[in-house]
Amino acid sequence: MAEWEAVIGLEVHAHLKTRTKMFCRCELEYGAGENTRTCPVCLAHPGALPVPNALAIEHTIKLGLALGCEISPHAIFARKNYFYPDLPKGYQISQYEQPLCGRGALTVPTPEGDEVVGITRAHLEEDAAKTVHAGGATGRSVGADYSLVDFNRGGTPLLEIVSEPDIRSADEADRFLRLLRQTIVELGVSDAEMEKGTMRADVNVSVRERGEEGFRPRWELKNMNSFTFIRRGIDAAVREQIAAYERGESLEQSTYDYDPDTDRLTVHRSKEEADDYRYFPEPDLVPVEPPTELVERLRAEIGELPGSRIRRIEAEIGFDPAYELVATGNEPKAVALVEHGVDWRTAANVAMNQLAAITPLPENVAGLAEIVEARDSLDRAAYTAAFAASAEQGFDAQATLAQTVTSDESALEPAIDAVIAGNPEQVESYRGGKEGVLGFLVGQVMKETQGKADPKVVNRLLREKLQL
Amino acid sequence: MAIDREQLLHVARLARLELRDDELERLGAQLNDILGAVSKVSELDLSDVPPTSHPLDVVNVWGADEPRPSLPVEEALANAPEREGSYFKVPPGGS
Amino acid sequence: MPPHGAGPVIDTLRLSAEEATRLLRDKELSSAELYAAYRDAIDARDPELHCFLHVCDDDGGEGVPLAVKDVIGTKGIPTTAGSKILEGYVPVYDATVVERCKANGLRVLGKTNTDEFAMGSSTENSAYGPTHNPWDLTRVPGGSGGGSAAAVAAGLAPWALGSDTGGSIKQPAALCGNVGLRPTYGTVSRYGVVAFASSLDQVGPVARNVRDCALLYSILAGRDLCDTTTVDLPQAVQLPERTDLKGVRIGVPTEFTEHEAIAPGVRDAVHRAIDVARELGADVGECSLPLSLEYGVPCYYLIAPAEASSNLARYDGVRFGYRSRNGGDRLEMYERTRDEGFGDEPKRRIMVGTYALSAGYYEAYYGQAQKVRTVLIREHKEAFERFDLLLTPTSPTVAFELGAKTADPIAMYLNDLLTIPSCMAGLPGLNVPCGLSEGLPVGLQLIGPQFSENALFAAGHAFETALGFDPVPLPLRGGRLR
Ligand SMILES: [Mg+2]
Ligand SMILES: [Zn+2]
Repeated sequence: MAEWEAVIGLEVHAHLKTRTKMFCRCELEYGAGENTRTCPVCLAHPGALPVPNALAIEHTIKLGLALGCEISPHAIFARKNYFYPDLPKGYQISQYEQPLCGRGALTVPTPEGDEVVGITRAHLEEDAAKTVHAGGATGRSVGADYSLVDFNRGGTPLLEIVSEPDIRSADEADRFLRLLRQTIVELGVSDAEMEKGTMRADVNVSVRERGEEGFRPRWELKNMNSFTFIRRGIDAAVREQIAAYERGESLEQSTYDYDPDTDRLTVHRSKEEADDYRYFPEPDLVPVEPPTELVERLRAEIGELPGSRIRRIEAEIGFDPAYELVATGNEPKAVALVEHGVDWRTAANVAMNQLAAITPLPENVAGLAEIVEARDSLDRAAYTAAFAASAEQGFDAQATLAQTVTSDESALEPAIDAVIAGNPEQVESYRGGKEGVLGFLVGQVMKETQGKADPKVVNRLLREKLQL
Repeated sequence: MAIDREQLLHVARLARLELRDDELERLGAQLNDILGAVSKVSELDLSDVPPTSHPLDVVNVWGADEPRPSLPVEEALANAPEREGSYFKVPPGGS
Repeated sequence: MPPHGAGPVIDTLRLSAEEATRLLRDKELSSAELYAAYRDAIDARDPELHCFLHVCDDDGGEGVPLAVKDVIGTKGIPTTAGSKILEGYVPVYDATVVERCKANGLRVLGKTNTDEFAMGSSTENSAYGPTHNPWDLTRVPGGSGGGSAAAVAAGLAPWALGSDTGGSIKQPAALCGNVGLRPTYGTVSRYGVVAFASSLDQVGPVARNVRDCALLYSILAGRDLCDTTTVDLPQAVQLPERTDLKGVRIGVPTEFTEHEAIAPGVRDAVHRAIDVARELGADVGECSLPLSLEYGVPCYYLIAPAEASSNLARYDGVRFGYRSRNGGDRLEMYERTRDEGFGDEPKRRIMVGTYALSAGYYEAYYGQAQKVRTVLIREHKEAFERFDLLLTPTSPTVAFELGAKTADPIAMYLNDLLTIPSCMAGLPGLNVPCGLSEGLPVGLQLIGPQFSENALFAAGHAFETALGFDPVPLPLRGGRLR
């Protein structure tokens, strides 16, 4: 049986973080009343003309610099022509030849060493409006009774990053995407939140036998909007393609939708789909020739990139935690704790768990670090509550530190004895070899002492007593 | 270079023009004449000549990212052939 | 004459905009009287001429009235671009040029007829019926801006806005005997002007004399932040004063004056103008623009339709304008809306343009045409190393009969043979009437390098003064069309 490998390339779209649209100055506001953020330009009224958003251009160049892309000395916009109700002009202003950012690469750290994923290009374009399909059974365009269009989102600046087909597994794709996302977020060019629709990806997947040259026809999975679905979509595509080839079939290049409910791919087909976009230079816009001063200013704004920081932190806590810490954006919290004396492993653990949704105020970090260091001797509830409190002003670390737990054995013994006496069945099964029951008994003691007991001491005492 | 009926229909579909049979006949003939006439540009060997997409020598014209008022929603919808609430209403996609 | 008993007698056929401005300023005339005079002229003559698609009521403002070609968007005033697909469309914003005119006190009299989406050379492609030439009602006024040119010639407006892609200001001005400027590409905003071919479209003034033309251009020109393809004028507009051409080097491209398509009467009038130029002190010499003449029209009829095919995609029945009621699903709605909404000429150009941009044909058609455009630019540049201005006929013929060319698109396209090349090169061109042939006006085309409008006005003024052309159409000199 042949040994197969996947060949994966990604096209990532991210909404750029600007106040206004790409080609008009309508304000971008998530959740505004439908069609309240429109003007002649983004409704494509006759005669309206685009004016590019300077900040969107800067964001794109900055991202390109971070990915080591060649910044084009002469970039142009192009029209991509097709008809759809969410595309008011009947063309999308995008870039085709001479995009702002040419070839670059993203270095993705892995446990086995660095993997370099080539970036083909990164360019600037505008997003489509939002279409709601009403009536019908599926909520999709086909089979609906009619559609409703809201042009508020139409014209949102969109960054498109295209990778080379350098990725070889769903895991790698996931790592690449999460690192790219973190890079984008740190540069401040986009929030890149898949759940909010400010980032999405098209995934190109094909397979080939190991050692085979060239590429086989690829399947494009359109508009994927979750890391989990991307992984599963890739797995499904790889599985189905391998199965088809092993049945002796040949495959064609086509576009698929991934249905997470059934874990199946369905052909994305619409008779409205144009397959000839007739790109040509946008005559309503003049070229962009990024001035050196601008490029240098943007370059200076870029800090150390996440990939290299993962490598540094890996030395402290190992690869997987380091990757998670950086890719989840929790690293600054861990670093703050480390700076106040907490060891790396603990700091990373706390940053990814207790602080996952909490950002302590800078002035509270020192106190929080003390609390983390003293965690074993602190009252559990007080310890847990301290994290949320550290995000607020008036955080009183000393009050938490005062709530220590009892490790005095003689004071704990009555409670332990009472629990042993009150739970004969559990005691019996522990003695019969069911170690897991100990946790239940510790919990009962904690309950008896209203959480004031040091769980480590309780644990030891219980073991001693039950061995008798 | 002559354009046949199939190409004509393909181009009409790309352009979203439903041409009736009589139109196809008439426009097809005219189109062939026009394409014949404009094909004259291919007589010139211009392999070394750069293309001009714009007669104006200007670059880097941008607008600052500062919001300006949008249209009142009633004005945005004033010309709509069909609306529902504050949405533009369109027929469903085909099967 | 005007049914206006009490008011002063205003001869709208002869009153210049400059003089009207003075009369208003000196309070010899009220704005309402002036407006009413043009409204009366429209009421009297437009039923026969059909210059206007929409006539406005006096809004009580101050200032000289202005007719506006219907491809130029006017807030609150219907704007159809001569197309059924924009029937009932009322813009929610003013084009920048309209805003500028209003800011300078001008008042919109109405919207003038045009070939549909400015595609045509006779105004016969208007979905609302053709305009008639005031010099001869059986003839076309030229196009696409036939409505503006005929309105100015017939005294229905002192001046007007036109738009020019390949000759739509200059050619109708030639056929109606008035002065029209196609400005340097980029000097006048296109914002709010229904787009035909973005890299070619320019708005410009149509007037009865060169000074009025310059005055209106000074109001229109200058950078617009809403149109990134505009620039500030390198020098302010100067109203022409001089009546000689001393030291002006005028090139006569022989292909343009001797082409077989040029009618003898046109050639004779242009040659007389060349003689006058010499008498006025100009340094006249021959030059040659062979590729521009031979390849200008084919190049134009690839680039303009390609851009148009994309610019006209927004007419889809979703947000404004006409929507077919005969469609079931969305695709049918699109295809029928566009089939029923567009006339033949836009359809032809959309088809040609779509084809020229489509996969497999782009390089041979659109790509090659872009290179030809470079060649045309270079050829003109070389000519301007030796000459300050070029002089040619504007139109190969005088106004032709209505219906004479409607069945033959290519014959119609050749009307713009002489105006297209400089448009492709982004250069300014001025039409100045230079005489009559068969009782119909002949136009002289003056072309200059980029931003040479002041030189064009100066030369145009000198020609105008020396030639003494009477812009009032012969049939109207007695006050009546027939
Ligand atoms: Mg894209
Ligand atoms: Zn807008």
